[in-house]
Amino acid sequence: MIRLNAVDKTYRTRQGDVVHALDDVTLHVAENEFVTLVGPSGCGKSTLLKLVAGLTPATRGTIAIRDQPVRGPFPDVGFVFQQPVLLPWRCVLDNVLFSVEMLGLEPRDYRKAAVDLLELTGLAGFETKYPRELSGGMQQRVAICRALLPDPSLLLMDEPFGALDAMTREEMSLELLRIWDERRKTILFVTHSIPEAILLADRVVVMTPRPGRIARTLRVDLPRPRTMDLEFDPRFKATSDEVRALIFARPGAA
Amino acid sequence: MTLRRVAAESLVPAGTLVGALVAWEAVTRGLHVPRFIMPAPSEILAEGWDWRYRFVEHTWVTLYETLGGFALSVAVGVPLAVLIVYSPILRNALYPLIVLAQSVPKIAIAPVLLLVLGHGEVPKVIVAFLVAFFPVVVDTATGLAATPPELLDLSRSYRASAFKTFLKVRLPMAMPFFFAGAKVAITLAVIGAVVGEFVGSDRGLGYVILSATSYWKTELAFSSMILLSLMAIILFGAVELVERLACPWLAPAGDE
Repeated sequence: MIRLNAVDKTYRTRQGDVVHALDDVTLHVAENEFVTLVGPSGCGKSTLLKLVAGLTPATRGTIAIRDQPVRGPFPDVGFVFQQPVLLPWRCVLDNVLFSVEMLGLEPRDYRKAAVDLLELTGLAGFETKYPRELSGGMQQRVAICRALLPDPSLLLMDEPFGALDAMTREEMSLELLRIWDERRKTILFVTHSIPEAILLADRVVVMTPRPGRIARTLRVDLPRPRTMDLEFDPRFKATSDEVRALIFARPGAA
Repeated sequence: MTLRRVAAESLVPAGTLVGALVAWEAVTRGLHVPRFIMPAPSEILAEGWDWRYRFVEHTWVTLYETLGGFALSVAVGVPLAVLIVYSPILRNALYPLIVLAQSVPKIAIAPVLLLVLGHGEVPKVIVAFLVAFFPVVVDTATGLAATPPELLDLSRSYRASAFKTFLKVRLPMAMPFFFAGAKVAITLAVIGAVVGEFVGSDRGLGYVILSATSYWKTELAFSSMILLSLMAIILFGAVELVERLACPWLAPAGDE
């Protein structure tokens, strides 16, 4: 579904420094595949998501979604960030409807779907609450509902559980898998956490920083549906050791 | 428990106020302080009551000068803030001018303005506007720039137009900031109107204070001051009320 071929990305910071964010990145993601990108800070994971979303152009190389070259914002995409970034003046339901509104669709046609999504994510009864009345985990669920409402075929998630506490984080990972089970889509998921990357993914893309490169792509051969118990599975441990070795073997990659 | 809270939150300040007034009354009477140096509260009240009909007109004049200046500062300040946030060129062009305009003491401009614009209420409105508009511009601009970049990326990824993003994201995001500026502006506008009246006028509470002091009628000056304070408090409360109606999502202070 997504094809990145020999993509390079350099940009200039406000101070005028040139940052080589991505170097010769080639990545193919299949339809309905769950791919996680894992790596230390500054390895260009977030930049890669922005490139796929068409929010910033590649310096070199090509990016295509369903064989259509990405030249600008691509509307069939949902975005979830590390922070929920909800609109504080809108109640939960109106926050979920924000996505279809911005897409220029009629929010009234999506009310029922929005309510269903809130129910699916355990937020039934919270429709009229303001974001400040919700916990961090609940706010992030609202952000996920907002991304899912227009039913995009591609979901880009930039460390969506990074700001949550460890327990909520595990709960949310399993919940995301449950949702993905019900509504299959292609997911590109950025994370700092190696266990999270393995638990969720069909394939884990290990990246190294400065410049951002793909060190290796690992297939995760663990049965689905997945549970937290898998962390004790020897295959889980083997994969996680491998990821760790790749990330720490070449500090700086200079 | 709640009774103690009521006592702490309303009875204590009210009691302090009454106590201060009683002490004031006692000291001025006991020491036979001349009326023109420090009138007793009862004399201030009596004088104010005598003037009640004449005060209506003077209060009204100062009120509409203040409201005119405030309205103008919002009408000019908000679009200016939008221009500053959206255009880097205009930001570089306008910001130094605005800061320069702010750094000139407005009270010093007032005589010049009245010289140029002549008598009547318009120059006072302009002075009130000049004194009040700065916090509106700065706070609104800060609010418009405070939108998280992720939200702007999100809007862009949905191919929403810049205008739609402005209307649905940036403007509501700036509302609490705007109101913070507006609350400062409304109290400044009262000051601006009074300063305008000081420089040259024959109506308004500022005029009453100035002419009362030149006739040694300190108690009349005091009652005008009290009216001015009441006006500023009520106007501030009104802006706060509008804020609460316009931004119901903001928790009132002390809630939760």
